[in-house]
Amino acid sequence: MNNPLLSVQDLSIEYVGDKTDFRAVDHVSFDVAPGEVFGLAGESGCGKSTIAFAISRLHKPPALICGGEIMVAGRSVLDLDANELARFRWDEVAMVFQSAMNSLNPVLRIESQFHDLLKRHRGYSKAQSRERCAELLKLVDIPPDRMRDYPFQFSGGMRQRIVIAICLALNPKLIVMDEPTTALDVVVQREILQRINELRRELGFSVLFITHDLGLMVQFCDRIGIMLDGKLVEQGTADQIYRAPTHDYTKKLWASFPSFHGPAPRQENAQ
Amino acid sequence: MTANPAIVSLQNIGKTFHLGAHTVRGAHDLSFDLHSGRTLALVGESGSGKTTCARIIMREYIADEGQLLFHGTPVTDNTPKGLKQYRKNVQMIFQDPFASLNPAHTVDYHLRRPLALYRRDLKGKAVTDEIHALLRQVELDPELVAPKHPHDLSGGQRQRINIARTLAVGAKVIIADEPTSMLDVSVRQGVLELLNRMKRDLGLALLYITHDVATAHYVAEDIMVMYGGQILEWGDVNAVLSNPQHDYTRMLLSAVPNPEIRFDDPQSRLDPTAVNAVREQAKQLHPHVKTAGPNHFYRHTAA
Repeated sequence: MNNPLLSVQDLSIEYVGDKTDFRAVDHVSFDVAPGEVFGLAGESGCGKSTIAFAISRLHKPPALICGGEIMVAGRSVLDLDANELARFRWDEVAMVFQSAMNSLNPVLRIESQFHDLLKRHRGYSKAQSRERCAELLKLVDIPPDRMRDYPFQFSGGMRQRIVIAICLALNPKLIVMDEPTTALDVVVQREILQRINELRRELGFSVLFITHDLGLMVQFCDRIGIMLDGKLVEQGTADQIYRAPTHDYTKKLWASFPSFHGPAPRQENAQ
Repeated sequence: MTANPAIVSLQNIGKTFHLGAHTVRGAHDLSFDLHSGRTLALVGESGSGKTTCARIIMREYIADEGQLLFHGTPVTDNTPKGLKQYRKNVQMIFQDPFASLNPAHTVDYHLRRPLALYRRDLKGKAVTDEIHALLRQVELDPELVAPKHPHDLSGGQRQRINIARTLAVGAKVIIADEPTSMLDVSVRQGVLELLNRMKRDLGLALLYITHDVATAHYVAEDIMVMYGGQILEWGDVNAVLSNPQHDYTRMLLSAVPNPEIRFDDPQSRLDPTAVNAVREQAKQLHPHVKTAGPNHFYRHTAA
């Protein structure tokens, strides 16, 4: 790929133990183009979240990157010093966590949580932050006059949208979403992802999307990588992963959940 | 509907929660039956009243209106003895397999307790034999699993222990509240198969509560769609899913992830204003029941 926004090359990450080390990510390479939505699918423990955390260097010991490279817009993330890293996070890469709706500070009004970020990264005054906050809330279909409310006054889906609005505050180039809608029900999930899809067309950011729901992933992503035991076993366009999976594990994943739409689960090669 | 008589029936059950001056409708005019050898799926969003419904059946909540029948007799005995007798027959499987087993005790202990409480005829070695038989029934190796603690087991294995525990009591009715939503996709199907097999072989009546319409389609014969404490549409699972009548059911089904339709496709777009309008409408009281087929009904605001 020419000029990928995110390039992960030969990445290996180990969890260091007393006696043995556990290799959670094993020589993984993939690229994400500007404006592209790339999906990582796999079961719990396959290393997909470890990669998500490593991209903004949020992984904590005992996790250790023991090889490979992560490049964002041509810069090596692993070589950034502490100051550069602080600027890099939010400004270039923002992250939405699985329980993101619980990652808002419960005792601060929504506007202060935006101000916190905008003041630190852009030096905004309270009035400027409020203005930007209103714009961002409108983007995610939340009435701006609710910025003086506290997180508990919003539903789970609305809180998740507020977190996404905060992620968009500095126009990052990449948003990493680790199971962003797993805790939400289907209608809310659809509303949120549909909005993100529209926004990425409008604003041009890329998304690294992590989920275990392959059907949802095919709907939303341009390309998909399938992970098994720390290895990326297959990657391809969403259409190819759906219609013509080549790796046995991908076929097994498709066969392993009952589908409501479309053809009955494919039983071939399923164990 | 079916030859088997209902084990548990709800008749016009209502429940309102009071938070100071504020009231929340948890359940309104719930009526349905659970039959031996059949699975009834209850689907709906979070906050739609699914769990309230489960708690009323488990008699953790006492309904404000209507009555709960067990084998046709109204259940009124709320003494500990009456509850124990009822819960010998009606058991629940919870969503979180990590929180519903005591981390300090072995699998053997978890199964020995219900046997000691509900199967007092079993003594000595018969208890151990029964524990092993239960573990085999949920497709676990007794020798290997019985001495283990919950943290040694995967989520799927733990959920199987929870199922074995309901069988140990001798339950005839199982209320499964999102039993697979915290499991990996690849083990989900195994647990659902097991529930299906138990329903067939042991003639259990199952209430399968979920927000995942796809799995409901897979395990259930009948389905109910709930919103705002009301059951808006119910009946044969294929009839309801292939020919939904209520606007809310249609919206819920259209939001189920479908790899055939991409978000970029403008036809797939769910309009947020329309979604809110459907939700507002669905919140109204729907006093009229209309018939869409031999076993397919929906509620309507107007006659």
